[in-house]
Amino acid sequence: MIELTIDGQTVSVTEGSTILDACRRLDVETPTLCYADTLTPVNVCRVCVVEVEGARVLVPSCSRKVEAGMVVHTDSPRVRTSRRMVLELLGSSVDLSTAPDAQRYSAEYGAQPERFGDVATVAQPAKIDNDLYMRDYSKCILCYKCVEACGVDHQNTFAIAVAGRGFEARISTEFDVTLPESACVYCGNCIAVCPTGALMPTSEFNLRRAGTWDESAQSEVDTVCPYCGVGCNLTLHVQDDKIVKVTSPDDHDVTRGNLCVKGRFGYEFVQNRK
Amino acid sequence: MDLRLLSAEPSDAEREAIDTVAGEARADDGRVARADRTRRHLLLPALRAAQRRVGWVSEGALGYASRRLDVPPADAYGVASFYALLSLEERPADVLHACTDLACQLAGAEVPPGAHASPCLGLCERAPAFLRTIAGPEPREVPLPEAGPPLPQRGEPGLRLLRRIAADVDPESLDAYRAHGGYEALRRAFELGQEGVLREVSESRLLGRGGAAFPTGAKWEAVARQKVQPHYLVCNADESEPGTFKDRILMESDPFALVEAMTIAAYATGCEHAYVYVRAEYPVAHARLETAFALARTHGLLGDDVMDTGFSFDMGLRIGAGAYVCGEETALFQSIEGYRGEPRNKPPFPVEVGLFGKPTVVNNVETLFNVLEVVSDTGTVYAQTGTEGSTGTRLFCVSGHVARPGLYEVPFGTNLSDLLERAGARPPKAVLLGGAAGSFLRADQLDLPLTFEDARAAGATLGSGVVLVYDESADLVAAVLRIAEFFRDESCGQCVPCRVGTVRQEEALHRLVAGKANGNEREVLADLTAVMRDASICGLGQTAANAVESAMMNLGVLAP
Ligand SMILES: Cc1cc2nc3c(=O)[nH]c(=O)nc-3n(C[C@H](O)[C@H](O)[C@H](O)COP(=O)(O)O)c2cc1C
Ligand code: SF4
Ligand code: SF4
Ligand code: SF4
Ligand code: FES
Ligand code: FES
Repeated sequence: MIELTIDGQTVSVTEGSTILDACRRLDVETPTLCYADTLTPVNVCRVCVVEVEGARVLVPSCSRKVEAGMVVHTDSPRVRTSRRMVLELLGSSVDLSTAPDAQRYSAEYGAQPERFGDVATVAQPAKIDNDLYMRDYSKCILCYKCVEACGVDHQNTFAIAVAGRGFEARISTEFDVTLPESACVYCGNCIAVCPTGALMPTSEFNLRRAGTWDESAQSEVDTVCPYCGVGCNLTLHVQDDKIVKVTSPDDHDVTRGNLCVKGRFGYEFVQNRK
Repeated sequence: MDLRLLSAEPSDAEREAIDTVAGEARADDGRVARADRTRRHLLLPALRAAQRRVGWVSEGALGYASRRLDVPPADAYGVASFYALLSLEERPADVLHACTDLACQLAGAEVPPGAHASPCLGLCERAPAFLRTIAGPEPREVPLPEAGPPLPQRGEPGLRLLRRIAADVDPESLDAYRAHGGYEALRRAFELGQEGVLREVSESRLLGRGGAAFPTGAKWEAVARQKVQPHYLVCNADESEPGTFKDRILMESDPFALVEAMTIAAYATGCEHAYVYVRAEYPVAHARLETAFALARTHGLLGDDVMDTGFSFDMGLRIGAGAYVCGEETALFQSIEGYRGEPRNKPPFPVEVGLFGKPTVVNNVETLFNVLEVVSDTGTVYAQTGTEGSTGTRLFCVSGHVARPGLYEVPFGTNLSDLLERAGARPPKAVLLGGAAGSFLRADQLDLPLTFEDARAAGATLGSGVVLVYDESADLVAAVLRIAEFFRDESCGQCVPCRVGTVRQEEALHRLVAGKANGNEREVLADLTAVMRDASICGLGQTAANAVESAMMNLGVLAP
């Protein structure tokens, strides 16, 4: 076990744990955007940074491993400034209207993205090139989660990657071809990890556009996917007696949140048969 | 799993160019998409070969390179679109790149019609500078002007790193190199043994010249101790800090010295293979190094049995494609491995997890040149030059408003004002020390001993040895805007503080310059400085506000 101090409290965690793991052990709330329990940390959003005594710069708690005797501050002025600025920088360049976590953190840290004035953004038209899901990269914070889910972490399809550089960096297929022309198999595992609603099932997108998407009126029904013998757990999101979205629990040891095209989108057939 | 491939086919010329890198086509090409794609490290060379053959990277060429190297096309596209010198749109075979960076800006640089604006080409002593790239069956890259002014210290006694260059020793002759003391240091290294070399380097207190001033001895010992095999040696010759051209001159004019120094480094740290990663803009250095490698091989100075000692070591050239960030050591590894040049989070440090995940020594060209002096003289004697905290000599790249621009070698501790006088500087209004990642000094701050410790105490850095002189006539606002633009262009885009912060910094400066301020620009700039410095992944973002901040605070540029 490794002992360290976080905000004045001592905590012991197993070797190989991250500072974030230790913070969670102490119930110290730490914002994260690019981190997910089921993905390899890419540590790019920097909203989770903390101050480690003796370190020249702040460190990302989501990936930095604990060391014995570390003294960590998660609420110092330096930490608060950097977290607020990361949220302001995102808020001023990206449409966060369907990103609940980013919105919640922005409020908590008092982010005021409008103070930059009229500035460059990633605004662009949504890409609707297939019936199952759409991509609105004006909402993309470039957290790399979809790329990881499509790549070695889950799907091994490699349909999408980060392309371009700097502010022009973006998620793209090769030469920006449409999804039907790409390697995509519509497993939707990228949608499942996207924290901003940039990737969204068409069913949800259409209801939102019509103004009839209403999470408070939805119920969740757990079931097992009927298609093959693997037995993936499905959570059906039902609104007005219609399935509007299918997800799978992250903590399920078979799926880890992942499904295939049949489990995620096959419900259209169920409903069509009615 | 089968890769889904682009339907476009390569032309015969593209296919041939890519095959020179990827080898003959194999039956299983394009069938495997694995995490450990062992041929992926050939991706950048293959894309470069295609572009040098036809002038751009077409869909057919990218698809063919993907198939040959088992890289998913989306990934290959991500890599190709990362590098400024690779074009994913058709363009003429003959392209002119016009430098619009700091030194050339002072020399009145303009971008001729049809030419592309370029960041510093490392030819600042010849400003304004250009690079012509000509694709075809016999591709060529030509720096313009083709020759620079002669070495200012030519013929001067007492030079160390520059002594063969100052004596005009033929850079393409191994015999000439040997006649001027070449390969005596390697012989001595073999006498000292591995431990002996490590001891001398530690005793010399040599600090890295790539910018971070890390003790070379400590780095080497850390790698030498690693049990994981193999160990790699990488020479960082990506030199892209605006105003820097020292490594280019060393490689162009004294390439065997780099080969010899790297052989010593490899011997001391247990490496069998090394890479020299040189920026694409240095065609003369590429050619001279290839010649030096070949001659060293045929003379038993590289290969299975170096100097009949049984030591096996060889090295290869890797060429970038236009990305300042690839000079950051971990981005450089990513680039060699065939990925986007995105810096890794540290720790783990390269001495443990470096190139291909193995323990890696990475050193700057100038650092390695110093190793020859250390081994020849002994560490203790070497450390007698310079100061307690900064041993040996240092190269400075002097450009801007000076009569004799060029590369200068001076012992650490030499006064900046003396250096300026030797270079014939016009009375300066300001000096940019250390490059775009460095800081501006005022005319009354130039009485500064050039050492790591004095620079630090003055809130500055020697960085890559840039000394860029601005006289009374200079437009410092234009310089500051160019620096902000440079960082915005060169950010890899991975982390939020730098990807968006460099854009917001440039926007705020433009608002101040245009007199269209929101009123909160200074507060915004201070917050941006804080988040970029504190929360960015790598040194690029961490230093992106340095020069801007120093110009505003120290010189009063854009003062209210
Ligand atoms: C953005 C960035 C660019 C860099 N560019 C270079 C470069 O062109 N050459 C170099 O030697 N070091 C460069 N460095 C520093 C390297 O990361 C590394 O510290 C250096 O190569 C180590 O060699 P040394 O110990 O011999 O100095 C750069 C660092 C950063 C953050
Ligand atoms: S739906 Fe599946 S295959 Fe398609 S991009 Fe998303 S993760 Fe990749
Ligand atoms: S699309 Fe979503 S998951 Fe992908 S990088 Fe953007 S925000 Fe992250
Ligand atoms: S600081 Fe800039 S260059 Fe470095 S990793 Fe972050 S975005 Fe990339
Ligand atoms: S959550 Fe740690 S860097 Fe994004
Ligand atoms: S070559 Fe133009 S600034 Fe260096």
